[in-house]
Amino acid sequence: MSPISRRKLMTTGLAAAAGVAGLTAAARLAERYGLIPPDHGGVYGPGETLTYAAQRLLTTHSLAREFPRSMISKLPFANETPPPNDDFKHHQASGFSDWRLSVDGMVARPASLSLSDLKSFPVHSQITEVACEEGWSYIAEWIGTPLVEVLNAVGLSPQARFVAYFSIDKDWWESIDMADALHPQTFLTWGMNDGDLPVSFGGPLRMRVPRQLGYKSVKYVTRLTVTDTMKRFGKGLGSAEPESGYAWYAGI
Amino acid sequence: MGGTGDAGGTAGSGCVVCAGWGATLPGKQLCATLYVGESGQGGWRLRGDGVHAHNLTLLRFSKSRRNSGVVGADWPDVTATFCNSPTQSLTGRHALVCYAARVSAAGSLPNPETPRHSAVVRVTHWITVISFFALLISGAEIVISHPRFYWGEVGNVMTPPLFTLPIPASRDRVPTGYGYVLPDQNGWSRYLHFQAAWAVVLTGLVYAISSLWTGHFRENLFPAPADRTWRAFREVIAKYLRRAPPEEAEAHSYNVMQRTAYLIVIFVLFPLVIWTGLAMSPAFDSAVPAAVIALGGRQSARTLHFFVSGALLLFLVVHVAMVVLAGFKSRMRAMITGRAIVSRERTLERT
Repeated sequence: MSPISRRKLMTTGLAAAAGVAGLTAAARLAERYGLIPPDHGGVYGPGETLTYAAQRLLTTHSLAREFPRSMISKLPFANETPPPNDDFKHHQASGFSDWRLSVDGMVARPASLSLSDLKSFPVHSQITEVACEEGWSYIAEWIGTPLVEVLNAVGLSPQARFVAYFSIDKDWWESIDMADALHPQTFLTWGMNDGDLPVSFGGPLRMRVPRQLGYKSVKYVTRLTVTDTMKRFGKGLGSAEPESGYAWYAGI
Repeated sequence: MGGTGDAGGTAGSGCVVCAGWGATLPGKQLCATLYVGESGQGGWRLRGDGVHAHNLTLLRFSKSRRNSGVVGADWPDVTATFCNSPTQSLTGRHALVCYAARVSAAGSLPNPETPRHSAVVRVTHWITVISFFALLISGAEIVISHPRFYWGEVGNVMTPPLFTLPIPASRDRVPTGYGYVLPDQNGWSRYLHFQAAWAVVLTGLVYAISSLWTGHFRENLFPAPADRTWRAFREVIAKYLRRAPPEEAEAHSYNVMQRTAYLIVIFVLFPLVIWTGLAMSPAFDSAVPAAVIALGGRQSARTLHFFVSGALLLFLVVHVAMVVLAGFKSRMRAMITGRAIVSRERTLERT
């Protein structure tokens, strides 16, 4: 082993200093451009932040793949969960006529929308794939109201950073950043394959986020909140999933 | 070929002749590193302080034409020092046969103690080892949540599988034939899988850029022109089948089989496993739809990811087995400290 020369020491020192400075600058830029996920802490924080930042930069405006009608799965898999609670059963018994979606947080005009209110917005449909983190997938036609229509109608604050949304099932809530919230394929979905959205698939109202895995597409949505930080929600990790060990960002 | 003495053979244009070395290389110290292949030709690199390096191909005359030793040189006023054992200096006369020598433009080597593996190779190797184990374990955990594989775009428990792994699952909605469900490990497995994937991709980039820069690919991994024959492969395989002990040269250089295996891992399997993995990302596919379309769909990508991972695992098993057979201690030392162990008897063969 040769002794370390002064030149080598200086180059290494300079490289290390440049590296630290570069990382600090990168972290600041990432924070400013919203490239840090709410669950960036912990052992897996670095990987999670890299994944989210890289995919966010790559996919800001990209559209999820849409498929021809002939590719709609004949036998979609609902991954059915039992009705979450009595409250839901009452709604189900009355044909969801009293189902409301409340919209609050950083909006000019908080609102409580019925299903027919939602259906009065321009109706959109998409034939996209639901992919579960387990590995399985199916394709269906999803009919609903783009979330961006609702957000525009209630007057979105320019400070908004996230939209959090909640299922009637108290343990199931999620959030997405504005790139996904304002994305034209992010739907408040109430129809599927030319019919009403079946309860097993999340009816009467499901958030559909086709650029992320299935668990971001929360079933039985009753409330959404616009916010500039996820710190005050649950444990501050962005959604219920990181609290049980799953990543907040599910683009992969 | 054959003959003794320090008189060399003749060479065509662009070649230097052995007999002229003493004059061509005025340095006081010569450093010789052997990078012998298996095909019967020995490659030499001679480097002296401040002189142009010569990339020389030598044939040592010995019982078999397959040479494996390090051959000394003989000049009245030049001492040959061996890179891997700097204590051994030769000043006497040694038999050597030279038949061709190309002048190369490679730079001079300041430190005669050339390591078997460069620091970059060693560091990236071990980071890759750790990351690969993390990917393997987390990948297996993720597969357990749905041990069914499909072909095409979609697949789920309502559709027929291409094949099913005969293992229990960690989710109760998958029909496995087992009466129990394993604990769900997907949360941390997915976090770890992507973190380790980043580690291996960034490490791979450092390795690839550095290897292009230093010529590691060209010198140590791409087989020498003479070795790009089926005969060269057959000889190595025959040697493996005879369970012959590794030759001295293999402590310093890879044989053609090793080179081919490493090239396949670096340039085929790793890129494929990254591609098939990314093709399973709905966000990545929204930006680069061709990535998944070219593979035949999302479920095809998942199935291919499984098989490519299997191929990498197979490589790992064979790689470790070969390391054990070749001499676990010396090979591990070479990959950790960079220094190979040279056995004296085989190094010097005087005539």
